[in-house]
Amino acid sequence: MPYLLSAITLLPLLGSLVILFIPRGQERWVKIWSIAISLIPLALSAYLWFSYDFRAGGIQFEEVYNWIPAINVRYRMGVDGLSIPLIGLTALLSTISLYYSAFTIKERIKEYYFLFLLLETGLMGVFTSLDFFLFYIFWEVGLVPMYFIIGVWGGPRREYAAIKFFMYTLAGSVFMLLSILAIFFAEGTFDILQAAELRPFTDNFFIQSLAFWGFFLAFAIKVPMWPFHTWLPDAHVEAPTAGSVILAGILLKLGGYGFFRILLPIFPQAFNAFALVIAILALISIVYGALVSMAQWDFKKLIAYSSVNHMGYVILGVAAAAATPIGLAATNPDFQAVFDSKAIALSGAVLEMFNHGVITGGLFLLVGIIYERAHTRELREFGGLGSRVPVYYAVLTTAALASLGLPGLAGFVSEFLIFRGALVTLTPLAVIAISGIIITAAMFLWKVIQLMFLGPLKEKWVGLPDMTRWEIITMAPLVFLMVLFGLYPAPILDLINGAMVNLLGSL
Amino acid sequence: MPPINWPEVLNLLSPELILTTFAVLVLGLDLIWGRGGDRTAYVALLGLGVAIIASLRLLGANQEILFGMVAVDSFAIFFKVIAALTTALVILSSMEFMKRKTPYRGEFYGLLLLGTVAMNLLAAASDLIMIFLALEFVSQTSYVLTGFLRKDYASSEGGIKYLLYGALTTALTLYGLSLLYGATGATNLREIALSLASPDSPIAGERWLLLPALVFALTGFAFKISLVPFHQWTPDAYEGAPTPIAAFLSVGPKAMGFAVLIRFLITALPGTFQPDWVALLSAISIVTMTFGNLVAIQQENIKRMLAYSSISQVGYILLGVVALGSGSIGEQGVLIYILAYLFTNLGAFIAVVAFSHVTASDNIRDYAGLIRRAPILAFSLVVFFMSLAGIPPTGGFLGKLFVFGAAIQQGFYFLAIVGVVNSVISLYYYFGIVRQMFFLPAKSSESLPIPRSLVLGLAITLVMTLIMGLYPQPFIDLAVSSAQITPTLP
Repeated sequence: MPYLLSAITLLPLLGSLVILFIPRGQERWVKIWSIAISLIPLALSAYLWFSYDFRAGGIQFEEVYNWIPAINVRYRMGVDGLSIPLIGLTALLSTISLYYSAFTIKERIKEYYFLFLLLETGLMGVFTSLDFFLFYIFWEVGLVPMYFIIGVWGGPRREYAAIKFFMYTLAGSVFMLLSILAIFFAEGTFDILQAAELRPFTDNFFIQSLAFWGFFLAFAIKVPMWPFHTWLPDAHVEAPTAGSVILAGILLKLGGYGFFRILLPIFPQAFNAFALVIAILALISIVYGALVSMAQWDFKKLIAYSSVNHMGYVILGVAAAAATPIGLAATNPDFQAVFDSKAIALSGAVLEMFNHGVITGGLFLLVGIIYERAHTRELREFGGLGSRVPVYYAVLTTAALASLGLPGLAGFVSEFLIFRGALVTLTPLAVIAISGIIITAAMFLWKVIQLMFLGPLKEKWVGLPDMTRWEIITMAPLVFLMVLFGLYPAPILDLINGAMVNLLGSL
Repeated sequence: MPPINWPEVLNLLSPELILTTFAVLVLGLDLIWGRGGDRTAYVALLGLGVAIIASLRLLGANQEILFGMVAVDSFAIFFKVIAALTTALVILSSMEFMKRKTPYRGEFYGLLLLGTVAMNLLAAASDLIMIFLALEFVSQTSYVLTGFLRKDYASSEGGIKYLLYGALTTALTLYGLSLLYGATGATNLREIALSLASPDSPIAGERWLLLPALVFALTGFAFKISLVPFHQWTPDAYEGAPTPIAAFLSVGPKAMGFAVLIRFLITALPGTFQPDWVALLSAISIVTMTFGNLVAIQQENIKRMLAYSSISQVGYILLGVVALGSGSIGEQGVLIYILAYLFTNLGAFIAVVAFSHVTASDNIRDYAGLIRRAPILAFSLVVFFMSLAGIPPTGGFLGKLFVFGAAIQQGFYFLAIVGVVNSVISLYYYFGIVRQMFFLPAKSSESLPIPRSLVLGLAITLVMTLIMGLYPQPFIDLAVSSAQITPTLP
């Protein structure tokens, strides 16, 4: 199917332009149109997932056209086992968010849907493009609609959160731009895969490090890693529910994706040299994120900080794959075992991104669902809701247990793989990192489940209604995936693992 | 002295001659048609169109005429087209605006055409005397246009301030140019380079003398470009001047300032003198972009904000000048940036004109809730601000890509880093206005109708800003072919 990736990427853009021509007062049709148009990329990405030949591996569904020959920029798209799950995630969460918003967004509907579809194009484009110029454009295009979504439909401190989000991420991406330019002037190419083959600056480690840290800054802010995370609690908390879902579910993954697609393949030498530094930052993100999360009384803030913790696992996994265990030569009989561990850590990290998108996206929806009813997110004000809202109780507990890594649910599989890999190459760090799991478990069980659902029912919540049918529809696919990939992760893991073994083999 | 081949010279000067003719024609028709002079705007636009065609017809020419006074090369032609485009868009944005402000509109358009002639000459000047004359010519028309609304105190004040600063820098420039003449015995830029390169040059062994000459000469260019510390006139002149003239000043004379600066540096001071001016201009570039940005944050008047923003913008462009050199993309970067800046900045100013058309306000707070009142205007402003902040897919991004790229290419990593940090800072005040327009409630629900001429101007600038970002190939080609400056050193 030619143009498949272009269609997935650009259809939402087309849809958003059409919205501009839907006359005022036809809000119903704006909603129907947006949800309908977002179903096409969803269907296409399902098709993509199933028709990708993972035995052959590598980049498939490629599209290459000349775009700006003067500076050797091409419109190049292609996907592999790394990007396909993230594309699927983007399509799924976009549709779910649009559907959820149809019931919750009450004002300036036309603008909202216009921006949301624009956002989807920006996010999709990052995962599909294989040319730095194209990549950078999509990377930046995603920022603008998100800025508006936070700033117009957000909470009380929305204006502050919006500009902070925008400036923070832009600060990272301009340094990435400089690194991209440095690669271009060294190798004459904007092609991401070509750059990975050419390995720029192998002769000059200083420049290589500069370029490496330029990219790193962009990705670390987006992920976000400690100490670049301070935009996250503001943005996630102030954004409207669907905005938080996309922020946590996909936007953070752009940063993670950059580690796999750009940092590791293009700068293996520098990454190897700095692996320990990055692993320590990841470790701090894990422990700090979990502790700060546990200290929150605002439900939404709690979930927001838990993202810092979870994305810390992802980066720990990448760093584990880049690090060299001390004193190991290629001839060592353990070499293959180490290679396998690295592949396991990498695959776990990609899977963790996907799982985190599903689980935390779901958790943010659940925060929104309770907030719509109770008009508060203060955990101490709840209590004993378990008997009032049994369906909500069940769904939230599933998501919380998945998030804390209970075996049988999705989160466990990916975190287990990361630790399994990291224990070999970054043994002491991995041991400490496991404490993150304990803290998150404590946080979810005590703060969320106990405070909200157990204990005596408070007087004012007697009339609290349970989840409506459309809310259940919103949550159903996410819960289904949490359980499915918790019990049977093979379909997604095979896909990811192929790409990761390929990546490691190329280093 | 070789005889002058008049037909050829007249042909090569045709853009300037056409503009002069139309300027006189506009003034004359204004007399005949009587006060008001709105129809003269169309005559002026026609003249600019013809001048653009006449300029483009000369593409490929590559020589100096009139005893080395004026160069006709694709570099000059590029800037002549820039000058005419600027003036045309400025006239488009003036047609409704000036109707309410003054009855002397015929003279206004005539002066704008004369200003364009001046800019053409500045872009092409290849001799110290011609540079000085053209610089003065551009300045004089700018002073008058700034203070054009005589009964408006702000306008007069802006004009006077501009004039006083201008007079001072003119004196300094003249001093610098005369030092250069004294040191080399030549006024033609190429001859200056030859003289400096020859072993029996008057200042061989006394190269320090070049530094004061360079500093003083650059003063005049820096004043036109409004580089720090010669920028102080800018905010007052922009705020006081009729808004379309602020738009004019922010693009036209600035672009020509860069044209003459680049020609001067490349032709007269190439090679071994480069380290001298690179150090100087790097420092100015850093100070200019940082200062402009930091002060722009605090502005409450959108014209003053755009004035400081334009100061920081020229700081970025100066990065491209610093990175000039063989094989460098610095010069193309400057040309692309200026082209993108033309559409973007004029677009922003046209939007400001359109806003003040009904509200008669330039206060940033009055932009609150603009999305409710004039969605197209608000949307256009977002695109222009994105472009000014260098966010893709816009022309401004392309310009920044090239000038920052040039800095990286030539190894000025620190400058590039300062540049990108500044562009992040600039986002704060550009999107401060976006915040007003989209996040805050409108003070009145009255919708803002936009006059047709302004809609046309907005449409042109908006489309060009986006096209430059989405399909930049033709613009890069144009810049590459326009980067050629007439005979430099053999």
